[in-house]
Amino acid sequence: MGLDFLSSILFATVVAGTPLIIVAVGELVTEKAGVLNLGAEGIMSVGAVAAFAVAHHTHNPLLGILAGMAAGMAMSLLFGISALTLMANQVASGLALSIFGVGFSAFVGKPYESVALASVPLVPIPLLHKIPVLGPALFHQQGLVYFSWALLGAVAWFLYRSKAGLILRAVGESPVSAHSIGYGVVRIRYQAVLFGGAMAGIGGAFMSVFYTPMWVEGMVAGRGWIALSLVVFATWRPLRVMIGAYLFGGCMIMQMFVQGSGARVTIPAQFLSALPYVATILVLVLISRNRGTIRLNSPASLGQTFLPDA
Amino acid sequence: MPNQTAETPRLAIKGIRKVYPSVVANDGIDLTVMPGEIHAVLGENGAGKSTLMKVIYGVIRPDEGEIIWEGQAVTVPNPAQARALGIGMVFQHFSLFETLTVVQNVALALPGDFDLPALAKRIEEVSERYGLPVDPRRLVHALSVGERQRVEIIRCLLQNPRLLILDEPTSVLTPQAVRKLFETLRKLASEGVSILYISHKLDEIQELCHRATVLRGGRVTGTCNPAQETPKTMARMMIGEDLPACSHGEPGAEGELRLELRGLDHPTDDPFGTQLRNICLQVRSGEIVGIAGVSGNGQQELLRAISGEEVVRDHQTVRMCGQDVGHLNPARRRALGMCFVPEERLGRGAVPRLTLTENALLTAHRKGMLSGGLIRFKVAQRFAEDCIARFDVKCGGAASEAKSLSGGNLQKFIVGREIMQDPKLLVLAQPTWGVDVGAASFIRHSLLELRNSGTAILVISEELEELFEICDRMVVIAKGTLSPSTATSETDVEEIGMWMSGMWPGAAEQDGAPHVA
Repeated sequence: MGLDFLSSILFATVVAGTPLIIVAVGELVTEKAGVLNLGAEGIMSVGAVAAFAVAHHTHNPLLGILAGMAAGMAMSLLFGISALTLMANQVASGLALSIFGVGFSAFVGKPYESVALASVPLVPIPLLHKIPVLGPALFHQQGLVYFSWALLGAVAWFLYRSKAGLILRAVGESPVSAHSIGYGVVRIRYQAVLFGGAMAGIGGAFMSVFYTPMWVEGMVAGRGWIALSLVVFATWRPLRVMIGAYLFGGCMIMQMFVQGSGARVTIPAQFLSALPYVATILVLVLISRNRGTIRLNSPASLGQTFLPDA
Repeated sequence: MPNQTAETPRLAIKGIRKVYPSVVANDGIDLTVMPGEIHAVLGENGAGKSTLMKVIYGVIRPDEGEIIWEGQAVTVPNPAQARALGIGMVFQHFSLFETLTVVQNVALALPGDFDLPALAKRIEEVSERYGLPVDPRRLVHALSVGERQRVEIIRCLLQNPRLLILDEPTSVLTPQAVRKLFETLRKLASEGVSILYISHKLDEIQELCHRATVLRGGRVTGTCNPAQETPKTMARMMIGEDLPACSHGEPGAEGELRLELRGLDHPTDDPFGTQLRNICLQVRSGEIVGIAGVSGNGQQELLRAISGEEVVRDHQTVRMCGQDVGHLNPARRRALGMCFVPEERLGRGAVPRLTLTENALLTAHRKGMLSGGLIRFKVAQRFAEDCIARFDVKCGGAASEAKSLSGGNLQKFIVGREIMQDPKLLVLAQPTWGVDVGAASFIRHSLLELRNSGTAILVISEELEELFEICDRMVVIAKGTLSPSTATSETDVEEIGMWMSGMWPGAAEQDGAPHVA
């Protein structure tokens, strides 16, 4: 009984952390190219509603994910045009995108508010899912959970082992130097922004199609913002993003459990709801205090508009 | 070049014009470089040399004019295209990525396989062959200015260019290394590589270059054969007037002790930094002491320990004006009468986005610019305006941003700002790095005047000529230890060059008794 309970807590933690991983890793790539896209919350919202609508009409969750991804890319393209081509301020463009996305998704999603979606079956991994406790928690999961792990590995490999990743980091470090040795800074930044948008869209799709299978206005509930801060407090390192995401997921599940257990709790419910956000940021702040690692990992040109010297 | 006769120029540019909103940077410039020719481009800061080189390298596009590469009219829309043509460039303001390693930086500029270990090996070979020692695995941000320049040069050489553009390449090399670099360049030229050599060191241009094009105010003022000119005649073509002579003057009587390092040991946090060991040095009022050395031998660490950017454990090992100051921060050391001009102008010597008035305030606020915690902007502005006038800083006035000034003018402003605070002790790092001859000679002149008025001056420089020109005494730093001091009049470039490789008398038993400086 106790072990089953532990296993189900672990299961729920992983599920709760997954959209954060996907969105934060996308944002990490964007930021490594020197672009600060604060629009994650809005992109997730639009991705969520697009995915829900498509999954509802086609009865195919996979098409839903693709729709979420496409919507996310469309949203980030808007950001790219504004911040990269028109060279508007990145912070302002991102904030505008967030506000727009949250509102727009609520507007588009109105007809879907009372619609339920069939829940998507879990995917067991042969053999591994039979491991006691860990098996059911980690290896009998949503398909996108495995995707998030693969994504982490692929992005870490891309950034630190491949030449394209080196170029991306170089662009984020010093766009002027990258330009002077002949790299298309704006083009590379567009690619990074689109990738970040696609991931944020998938993260949103996970929320509406897999996590809760339904659409409610404001259902993203600040996860876009948490993903953004995860990237910063994880000092732009993929593995730390994962730790932070699961930490958040774990706190989320714990507080839901405490609230739902009916135990006589004297702490106000609002405080409990805020706990995951506070705890995640606190822990990440503590582990990211080293100035050296920040200097080495933070993209030096983050948030700065690149103006070619011509 | 099997299909081309020697008469086809490697590069010919005609009528290049580039206009910026406030200035005509290039105005109808013609230039021809033959295969195997080492061609000097001479000019003061702001004469348009850098703009012209950026046009050739495709970083910026000219408004008018033609570029003819090996007989074919070409457009060079971007640096990648320039490199594809066979043009390589070593930038004066480095185009390196600080958080990446040397080998990663080089990999970014090279096409082809992404095999870092193999590339590291090639870097080591080239650095060995051309006397440009650098460890490929180090992170660039931990390198000194001199080492970064070596990385730039190596990066270029690995691309086997047919035209190599070098912007002030020798500023940070030992005389021996300069000779080695010249051998390399001559060898490259004999293999048919053309070289565009930008420098303000007229004697080097005379020694190395076959032809020189002189720019002033965005126009060509002449071409000459440097071998038939004297530095004086070339300087006149370049700045339009004669250089002020720099008279050294005799050192006065032994002055009061202003800076004393007594067996300073300082470990470093930086895994690639240099540990300072048993540094002993005295600087007295009315003298200029120079610290020579190849960059990366502990100059940065020593400067930080003197300026107070890093406090030292044993605070008695750094003394200023009769006090132990090893534990004091820069502001408190400045309050004792120390002034400090760091190596990097933008970011450490001045805040790029602040106006000159605000930058003046940052260190000169003791000159009556504060009143009850509030800023007296009038006073600060007057100070900045005085500084601009007295040190001949060419800029748009005290309200211009620091980053809008050219390197030489900003340096004049920073040095001027410190001198106008009447320091008891002035510490300078690379006071004329990348500064044109006119401004450099002006800065040196001001330092000599300051010395004569009784200030103790310590100059850390990698430019030996400069040290020989202004210093009364010299010491050499190598691998974190300091050589004994010698009167400038009793040594020469050869001896100091030897010392720079760590071979000074008694260097072997240096672990025992401290040197008496």
